[in-house]
Amino acid sequence: MNNTKSTELENVVVRFTGDSGDGMQLTGTLFSNLSAILGNEISTFPDFPSEIRAPQGTVGGVSGFQVHLGASKIYTPGDEADVLVAMNPAALKVNADGIKKGGVLIFDEDSFKKSDFDKAGFKTENPFEELNISDTIQLIPAPLSTLTQSSLEGFDMDNKTILRSKNMFALGLICWLFNRPIDQAIHFLQNKFGKKPGILEANVKVLTDGFNYGNNLHLSISTYTVEKSHELPKGKYTSISGNKATAWGLIAASKKAGLDLFLGSYPITPATDIMQELALRKDLGVKVVQAEDEIAGITIALGASFAGELAATSTSGPGLALKSEAIGLAVMAELPIVIVDVMRGGPSTGLPTKTEQTDLLQALYGRNGESPAVVIAASTPADSFHFAFMASKIALEHMTPVILLTDAFIGNGTSLWKLPKLAELPEIKPNYAQPGMEGLKVTARDEVSKVRYWSIPGIDGFAHRNGGLEKDYTSGAISTDPLNHQKMVDTRKEKIDYISNLLPELKIEGDENAELLVVGWGTTHGHLMTAVNALNKDGKKVALVHFNYINPLPKNTKQLIKKFKKVVVCELNSGQFATYLRSKVPGEYLQYNKVQGQPFTVTELEEYFAGLLK
Amino acid sequence: MDTSLIQQYTAKDFKSDQYVRWCPGCGDYAVLNTLQKVMAELGVPPHETAVISGIGCSSRLPYYISGYGFHSIHGRGAAVATGVKVANPKLTVWQITGDGDCLAIGGNHFIHSVRRNVDINVLLFNNQIYGLTKGQYSPTTKKGYVTKSSPFGTIERPFRPAELTFGARGTFFGRLLDVDLKSSQMTMLAAAKHKGTSVVETLVNCVIFNDGAHSWLSEKETRYDRIIILEHGKPMIFGKNSDKGLVLDGFNLKVVTIGENGVTENDILVHDAHCEDTTLQMKIAMMEGPEFPVAIGVIRDVEAESYDEAMTNQITEIQAKSKIKTFDDLIDSCEQWEM
Repeated sequence: MNNTKSTELENVVVRFTGDSGDGMQLTGTLFSNLSAILGNEISTFPDFPSEIRAPQGTVGGVSGFQVHLGASKIYTPGDEADVLVAMNPAALKVNADGIKKGGVLIFDEDSFKKSDFDKAGFKTENPFEELNISDTIQLIPAPLSTLTQSSLEGFDMDNKTILRSKNMFALGLICWLFNRPIDQAIHFLQNKFGKKPGILEANVKVLTDGFNYGNNLHLSISTYTVEKSHELPKGKYTSISGNKATAWGLIAASKKAGLDLFLGSYPITPATDIMQELALRKDLGVKVVQAEDEIAGITIALGASFAGELAATSTSGPGLALKSEAIGLAVMAELPIVIVDVMRGGPSTGLPTKTEQTDLLQALYGRNGESPAVVIAASTPADSFHFAFMASKIALEHMTPVILLTDAFIGNGTSLWKLPKLAELPEIKPNYAQPGMEGLKVTARDEVSKVRYWSIPGIDGFAHRNGGLEKDYTSGAISTDPLNHQKMVDTRKEKIDYISNLLPELKIEGDENAELLVVGWGTTHGHLMTAVNALNKDGKKVALVHFNYINPLPKNTKQLIKKFKKVVVCELNSGQFATYLRSKVPGEYLQYNKVQGQPFTVTELEEYFAGLLK
Repeated sequence: MDTSLIQQYTAKDFKSDQYVRWCPGCGDYAVLNTLQKVMAELGVPPHETAVISGIGCSSRLPYYISGYGFHSIHGRGAAVATGVKVANPKLTVWQITGDGDCLAIGGNHFIHSVRRNVDINVLLFNNQIYGLTKGQYSPTTKKGYVTKSSPFGTIERPFRPAELTFGARGTFFGRLLDVDLKSSQMTMLAAAKHKGTSVVETLVNCVIFNDGAHSWLSEKETRYDRIIILEHGKPMIFGKNSDKGLVLDGFNLKVVTIGENGVTENDILVHDAHCEDTTLQMKIAMMEGPEFPVAIGVIRDVEAESYDEAMTNQITEIQAKSKIKTFDDLIDSCEQWEM
């Protein structure tokens, strides 16, 4: 019987860590999904090395998956872990700094032996002392390897396969610790391993034994409960990664516009999942060309755009650099295309699996000539769907390239997503050349929005020649006339600026009468919001304004920012948005910057903002 | 294409209203005129014709055709053309490119579009020089040739477009000479009718920066002694008097004279452009003077599924099998729960 008491928590952070082959991503995903089904809010963040399989047991090969569960609104995957699961000493070493004081460490005793300490680079045989955490955390040692072996005794499996199931033992134990019935986890396993009954049976057995092991331990520590959240609007939900949400947003937009979706792309971390997700969707008519390089990825897509489809390309920073010239061509030819940049640490190859917001100025200005493009940034895994949809809508309705910025943090991370219906999404109406307009010139445009009419190859009466050379405003023929060039440059800018009329206005979150306005953009919303909320709770006068539309800026940007005396721009770079904002809304801006390949922590933000308010 | 709409076209129907801006005497004029004739003969209406190019003198060509045209960026014509064709396989897509655009900056896209066998017709204008930037050596410039960027002669080994095409598993390779109109028309027409990537090496003269690069071939008096015009299934006979031919001598080709040393027409090799194996086609494509005539016409023309066709077929197949028919089906298919 389980006699241990249970503590109720508002929210909890669990981090699963081990070798990259230990199945930590799967374990974490299963645990977060079953918590969501039980009514918790969830936010997750996988943190894996760029090495596919570093030597076993070394710090280079540690893979982690962090889950934040809440009984109320949560915005981030959390800073420090309440519970850390470490499958080996290397995983503990890498994550020791990330355990909360008083937190719990569950570790595989069988993998905490002399040779394991050596591999992880410990000098002694007491890693807890060495890491200086023996007094501050509670240890739950469990011989996961031997327990898994005895659980699967009698199964017709080799030892290596048996040991691969030890992540399920850990999951069972965690389910016990959080009072999670394992039925739901079993249901997930059935979905995943339905076609491999042997593996399914073994995983279910180990999971159940792990749960029972906890139940029978009579540990002195408390189990936890995190109640259902009642803050979410009612409806059907799933847990979705930003990359998947981006892919699905593009599909939704193509259906809404009545066009086929066409992706030209080249594999690049951390954006590849978008291409892979879309490659699955031949059933929805999605055409994916895995190109020979980044440049071909966008130019193949641009060919498809010229031919009348919804064109997109997905990439990360180095790929965006290679695509610059082709984005300029899309600006010049006034063709719609969505360029998704899942940002990572840079410059050059940089930190391919880590997160940063360092491509902003590249997206805004990284092209030759006066070359305005729309730039949008998503904030969460789930809202990547919305912004991919809106990026497509703007591209198609305004005949322009749109750069959508996400990053490794929200691209790989997951959050809860309320499932949409296609009918509920906004209409998309490209500015097509209409019957009766036969013979119109390639530069013919709506004189208010400056949007060029789109005529599609194959249709009689609209044949035209487009290209990267400057065109005459009226005749559409190539032109080097000085005044015409000025007019065309101005027109292309006006076309982008006009879009601000259609954007939602910025809103202030937090205290309307704040002394300090926090400004953020894109992926940092969760951390900034959590910090601002916490300070507001303490009676501190802070507010947040968060940007998703960056070029053009929402119309009320200036009016809103000017209401506040003290403004701090927070971003995961050295001040790129602050620089941009100064050029658009001149004024004094403080900056809080971090370029470590990691998201902000709520703690650091709270401390910094509190300091500014003194 | 709706067959009831097929109508007779003339070359004029494919002329745009733009003033042609090449240098007087440029070989590109002849190719443009031939192309317009071929387009008319094909019977595909101008609005179902798309002409795509990169950058360079020849890449200006789309402006002069009355269909849909896209003058893109340097080297990327093959990629843009791929996108156009895959997006709308009903279009007849021509890619206009030069030896710099196609084989230097665009080399990667060239070999990959050939490998994929996208159904596009590539006219590779080879004048062995950079014209638009005023006279630097290109990847096909002969070794030792003096240009503005090789004042002491190039030290580079040139590409031979046929070898590159065969190496990329090309299904069609043809060659034409700007001044030889009849064979040019025949070769372009065959390229257009071939399903897959058709590469046509178009030997053109740059009158300003590399005048006479192909003059050894073009001279009217000696032309037919120096080129051989190939036709599939016909003996490879050439010469002003049609008295020379090609035979195999061991593993190599040899030029013989019909009527000399007991050689009759029956001894002459018959050209097989449809042969999967490239060995003999490669030898024919690599022939150079003065020992050999230069091969003009269709050298290789074999069938294989085109990329755009494969894409369409796979989509049709998956759509028939999949339970997901709409976006809402996709949403319904994911693990979900009520909250």
